[in-house]
Amino acid sequence: MSARRLRPRFTSPLRGPWLTSVFGAVLLAGLPLVIVTGLLDYVAYGPGQGIPAGVGPLRLPAFDWPTRPSWLFRLTQGLHVGLGLVLVPVVLAKLWSVIPKLFTWPPARSVAHVLERVSLLLLVGSILFEIVTGLLNIQYDYAFGFSFYTGHYLGAWVFIASFVAHVALKLPRMVRALRSRSLRTELATPLSRTEPEPPDDTGLVTREAAPPTLSRRGVLGVVGGGALLVGVLTAGQTIGGPLRDLALLLPRGREPGEGPNGFAINKTAAAAGIAAARTGADWRLVLTGATRLRLSRDELLGLPQHTARLPIACVEGWSTVQTWTGVRLRDLAVLAGVARPSSALVVSIEDGPFARATLTAGQAGDPDALLALRVNGADLSLDHGFPARVIVPALPGVHCTKWVRAIDFPSPR
Amino acid sequence: MKRLTSRYGAGTGHLLVLLACLALAAYAASFLLGDPDSLTVLVWFAGAAVVHDLVVFPLYALTDRALSRLPRARVPLINHIRLPLLGAGLTFIMFLPGILRQSAGTHLAATGLTQQPYLARWLWLVLAMFVASALIYAIRRVRASSRAS
Repeated sequence: MSARRLRPRFTSPLRGPWLTSVFGAVLLAGLPLVIVTGLLDYVAYGPGQGIPAGVGPLRLPAFDWPTRPSWLFRLTQGLHVGLGLVLVPVVLAKLWSVIPKLFTWPPARSVAHVLERVSLLLLVGSILFEIVTGLLNIQYDYAFGFSFYTGHYLGAWVFIASFVAHVALKLPRMVRALRSRSLRTELATPLSRTEPEPPDDTGLVTREAAPPTLSRRGVLGVVGGGALLVGVLTAGQTIGGPLRDLALLLPRGREPGEGPNGFAINKTAAAAGIAAARTGADWRLVLTGATRLRLSRDELLGLPQHTARLPIACVEGWSTVQTWTGVRLRDLAVLAGVARPSSALVVSIEDGPFARATLTAGQAGDPDALLALRVNGADLSLDHGFPARVIVPALPGVHCTKWVRAIDFPSPR
Repeated sequence: MKRLTSRYGAGTGHLLVLLACLALAAYAASFLLGDPDSLTVLVWFAGAAVVHDLVVFPLYALTDRALSRLPRARVPLINHIRLPLLGAGLTFIMFLPGILRQSAGTHLAATGLTQQPYLARWLWLVLAMFVASALIYAIRRVRASSRAS
């Protein structure tokens, strides 16, 4: 028996360069947006705070992440995760459409062929790796065991490298294939008139086509319907409101409670190891700058209070908009004797990697940047950062530090 | 130059694009050197492609082939099983950590909620997809037989 006979038989009459190119065109439109919003997330973490640290030139040029519009991070990260999920059915369909090429014979025709197949292995490996790590991370399943940030970020660069090469090599062929048939005609062609694409040198059109059970427009409808289904099951975690309930398989389709503090929690006080004793009457906020002072929660409540409606938007793509009340960070800076701080270093009671965050001058000085004491008219709950937490427009949620114990305002040099 | 391209098997542009791709990918991977988890990352990277190509794809292709052996009917049944099955498979594979309660501890720590509801919700969703598909099938059957008579 020859190796050729061991190859699987592909009989779908629908596989062909036109169909593959339609999926390719959708991915070409969508994936760059997923890539850019992902890279922006690295910038949004702030100077020196992107994870993994030290990636050399593998990042966008650094700039101060703006505080306006306040929904900026909600938008970029919601798009990154939401669009990434919506494109999963399209990626799977694209892989289905080209899978006969995996078993192409002979497996290596030339050096060029080998190099291209290696780049395709990187392309397929990296996009599946990004999808799998991303999906596991937003569902808090860390089965992979390595740092999500490191894996997902470096994997993204392998994907960028192989995606750009793939587009460079295949774009002319994709354009030719798209022109070979009219989309309008395909959308008007029922199953009874569905014929295979004409045989060509791509190796995608089978020579042993089975009778079709689905029209070409039917396949497009199935894949589009899959994307729509995922969209409906995902959008609510970012958009919120009544749509949130539709995200019924995602952690952030649910809210843990009722009332002013009922909205989604990111890391419970119990999980962060916050002992009640450290947040009680003895708690003091330590402010440092030109001077050093210690303020009790009552003293903070005695300062001018400011209220702002701001989102908490997480790197996992979900967000929730609430009404926060507290002391402006810039008022605290003035109290510390620094009228125009160059940054703000916020430190939490909790231990761990996100127990401190550095805000830029723009973030610390924004009129809506608060050390929040209350939310929706009630005291913060312990899970939402009682006695005090930071909330800053467009700041990634993970840097809206909870259980704050100290803020340092360095003077401009 | 001509000798190079005929030996290589494609044009110089092809070679340059692929060399740049491999160089950038290798550079990105080089940041993992010395990382104790680098082998795990590699295993997941290769594993994602292998599991897709040699497990997930054969599984759905064989299931589909089995569906194509369904008895012939005046209104073909195949897509009315295929579509809800695809929807069930897609949602399962994307949201399986919650459905299978794989990450109870970390999920609770992050959200303050258990993973208890997801399995039932997914089963209801699958049921809804099959019921909707069956209803549409029934309507098509009725319309086909009234057209025939």
